[in-house]
Amino acid sequence: MNRSTIDLWVGAFVVAGFAGLLFLALKVGNLASFSTSQVYQVQAKFANIGGLKVRAPVKSAGVVIGRVADIRFDNESYEAIVTFNIDSNYQFPRDTTAKILTSGILGEQYVGLEAGGDGVMLKSGDRLRLTQSAVVLENLISQFLFNKAAEGKPEAKEPAK
Amino acid sequence: MRVADFRARLERVGSTVTSVVWRVGFASRFLSYMVLHSGTALRRFHLTIAEIYFAGVLSLVIILVSGLFVGMVLALQGYETLQRFGASESLGVLVALSLVRELGPVVAGLLFASRAGSAITAEIGLMKATEQLSAMEMMAVDPIARVVAPRFWGGVISMPLLAALFSAMGIFGGYIVGVQLIGVDAGAFWSQMQAAVDVRNDIWNGVIKSLVFGVAVTWIAVFEGYDAPPTAEGVSRATTRTVVTSSLAILALDFILTALMFTGGNHQ
Repeated sequence: MNRSTIDLWVGAFVVAGFAGLLFLALKVGNLASFSTSQVYQVQAKFANIGGLKVRAPVKSAGVVIGRVADIRFDNESYEAIVTFNIDSNYQFPRDTTAKILTSGILGEQYVGLEAGGDGVMLKSGDRLRLTQSAVVLENLISQFLFNKAAEGKPEAKEPAK
Repeated sequence: MRVADFRARLERVGSTVTSVVWRVGFASRFLSYMVLHSGTALRRFHLTIAEIYFAGVLSLVIILVSGLFVGMVLALQGYETLQRFGASESLGVLVALSLVRELGPVVAGLLFASRAGSAITAEIGLMKATEQLSAMEMMAVDPIARVVAPRFWGGVISMPLLAALFSAMGIFGGYIVGVQLIGVDAGAFWSQMQAAVDVRNDIWNGVIKSLVFGVAVTWIAVFEGYDAPPTAEGVSRATTRTVVTSSLAILALDFILTALMFTGGNHQ
């Protein structure tokens, strides 16, 4: 086989290989959708973040508008400091509420933002004041049992009267 | 008597260990010599291009067909399991993540070792057995620079491209079976896949894996060929050893790389 045929085949092979990589990056991965846009950083303190992880989505009205960039423990308040990167196309009022929510019953946890009514918008480096922690199943169950027990007590005493 | 017996056994263990260490050291020196003397392979790049043709282009058919079928089988099997949990829309995630992270690099690497690695070993071994390498040395041509290095670089360049094509083809196969045959919603298939597959964590790590496997397989192949005893039996044994050793190397390296890459806990 002569050299130009080999060159042609190798050229086609290399182009096809890179096309495969491009397909993986654009169509299979999330390169096209998110990482190129400008972001601003906002922090929030949570008493409990549950199973939230770095790179978890930040959603508002169900639409992904950012990602969790960093999770740290604050040694003074004993709370978690979560930093989000929010796409700068989306602006939020300063009194926005951040909640840690779960998608589905067993789904991944994400941060939900609910816009407030303030006229001033969030800037990079701001901190959200209103937060709601993750629901911990054990606490929920113990609360429920405690309530049940508290309800049950007077009724249990009644026959004794 | 028993002391002598024990001593003989201990000596056998010692000689095995020494010969293994010696062989690894020889292979490492061979690799560094080859990399240092690959100027010819890069300057006269058509030598390397011809090897990319033999190692890469000629492996395309088996890589593409295997990728397609692995993807289709993954979709069938994954659907069976996922639908029990009512999560059949996650089929795309399952197919894409298993291909991009693991199956693409590993299966493409195993196929590459048996399709191209064995051919490289047999070719170099036969060149040595028929004294073509010695003839080159007689003409003051360094056989490592002229014969071995182009094959090494050809394999190293081909492998990541083959793995990427394998994964892409597998996802296409998963799409055909999942969406076209079974009827999973196409929008959910692609969008959940895009939400779950990260370019740096998953795709880029897969590319790094395939590059590492490419270096390991071609290194083992050229070394076994160059080191083969110059007899028919020696070449056949070296070819077998290439396939066995490089397959084991791929599996071991895959475990190490996976442990390093995917246990950081920072991804979903």
